[in-house]
Amino acid sequence: MKQEAFEARYKDDWQQFEEWIAIMTAGRRAVANSGEQDNIAKGFPAAYRQVCHHLALARARRYSVGLQQRLNRLALDGHQYLYRARTPIFSSMLRFVAFGFPQAFRKQWRFMLASALLFCVPIAGMSVAVALDPDLIYSLISPGQVASMEEMYDPANDVLGRERESDTDALMFGFYIANNIGIGFRTYAGGLVFGIGSMFFLSFNGLYFGAVATHLTMAGFSSTFWPFVSGHSAFELTAIVIFGGAGLMLGMAAVAPGRKSRWHAIRDRAMESMPLVYGGTAMLVAAAFVEAFWSSTTWPPINLKIVVGISLWLITIIYFSLMGRRES
Amino acid sequence: MLLDTTYNIDTPEGVELRLPVAGIGSRALAWLIDAFIKFIALIFGSIVLAFLGNLGQGLTLIGIFLILWFYNVLFEVFAHGATPGKKVIGLRVMNANGTPVGWSGSLIRNLLRFVDTLPGCYLFGCVAVMLSRNFQRLGDLAAGTVVVYAERDTGRASLAGVEPSPVKVPLTLDEQQAVVSFGERAPRLNRDRAEELADLMSPVFGDVNAEELRSHAAWLAGGEVSR
Repeated sequence: MKQEAFEARYKDDWQQFEEWIAIMTAGRRAVANSGEQDNIAKGFPAAYRQVCHHLALARARRYSVGLQQRLNRLALDGHQYLYRARTPIFSSMLRFVAFGFPQAFRKQWRFMLASALLFCVPIAGMSVAVALDPDLIYSLISPGQVASMEEMYDPANDVLGRERESDTDALMFGFYIANNIGIGFRTYAGGLVFGIGSMFFLSFNGLYFGAVATHLTMAGFSSTFWPFVSGHSAFELTAIVIFGGAGLMLGMAAVAPGRKSRWHAIRDRAMESMPLVYGGTAMLVAAAFVEAFWSSTTWPPINLKIVVGISLWLITIIYFSLMGRRES
Repeated sequence: MLLDTTYNIDTPEGVELRLPVAGIGSRALAWLIDAFIKFIALIFGSIVLAFLGNLGQGLTLIGIFLILWFYNVLFEVFAHGATPGKKVIGLRVMNANGTPVGWSGSLIRNLLRFVDTLPGCYLFGCVAVMLSRNFQRLGDLAAGTVVVYAERDTGRASLAGVEPSPVKVPLTLDEQQAVVSFGERAPRLNRDRAEELADLMSPVFGDVNAEELRSHAAWLAGGEVSR
């Protein structure tokens, strides 16, 4: 069949198909309003197969490049609609919180454990080191920063934590979100470089935290420092460990891909790690909320703050160990 | 076609979809446009929010965070794989199997962007693009995504109005395809370029100009010779 006859014969079909694609591209509401909904539902797959068939014919018969391009585009558009994977992220959120997240955490317990160790061992080591030689903190943090930190937690202050009025709560919430989640994302992404980035961020944050905590405790600021950090510590520290562990998953796939090609292994691992990234992000948002609107308040007695802190740790532990044991 | 930058997708229908993958140049341009848009949005947003005092500053910080990490994700998921910058340049992101990119895929490729920017100026990303077959940066490789040119209609000119003239020499299928493709493209070329291209056919047709070649194209495509 000559090209012109071919085109003349199927022109209307292609145009119809193009219109359907345009309607679907405009969105679900457009489909409902167009009155074509039933036609699309019934006719689209067949129309798509026909376009594919015509594309194959056009290639085999060496029809012009322009016609082939047009059919290629039509087929691709159809392909995108027929084979798209729906990821209903919002409607499945509850399920994710109840099942998916804790299950993913337990499934990857080796990486979580490794990440926790990479984080906690530096904390412990730095704490002991600073306790033995207080000047060691200056090898990690500049004297200026140490001084400003001491100022923040000085019990002589009226306000806890970063020195501020309570109407800056919203400002600090924004700051914690931007800063902490950014750190979390980088800790995760760094894992791609054979896990080195994740290890670095975990260990560095561990050293930093250990140094600061021990330094302030020894300086006699425990009555302000610990009540301040206790509230958000459960969510924040766990989330950093989760991001680090997810990053280590990428690194492990890069170092030891097993029987897959390296990038294949990384792709699979990355998909597997996504629940941890989603969950970790949610935890850091929660932590930022607690840090901005609870940790900095001065009215609650210290004991109450410590109790709340411990309760949140218990909740975190129970959540990850018991939630989602029975998949409904 | 060994040097072609076409990316092929195998479909269950047994037909191959062909897509031109985008290289560093066009992607960098799209990135620049996006960076400009983000910059303007941040300036404008922070000016407006500055009137809200501390609350406004908090919102600004959240806005910076969202723009920094989620600008690309939101556009790629909701705007058919293209950020405004990509849209202007004519690029789009899709999964390697030709389906639209989803939340997880888009998040992976954009979170890992951090590694692509290391150690500065997207050096890792550029090296990865140059070394990988389909011009994928590290984030693309980990997410299994490709950046391709969203095929635009090249605007074929119909051969309907052209007086067909029969071809007297036998042509292979490939030659026929070349002639018809030329015929459809010729009106979009300038005159000299059209003649130059037509000249390439002289080993087959002898001395032929663009006008005559178009007539042959019309005949090959199926036009009836009027008597």
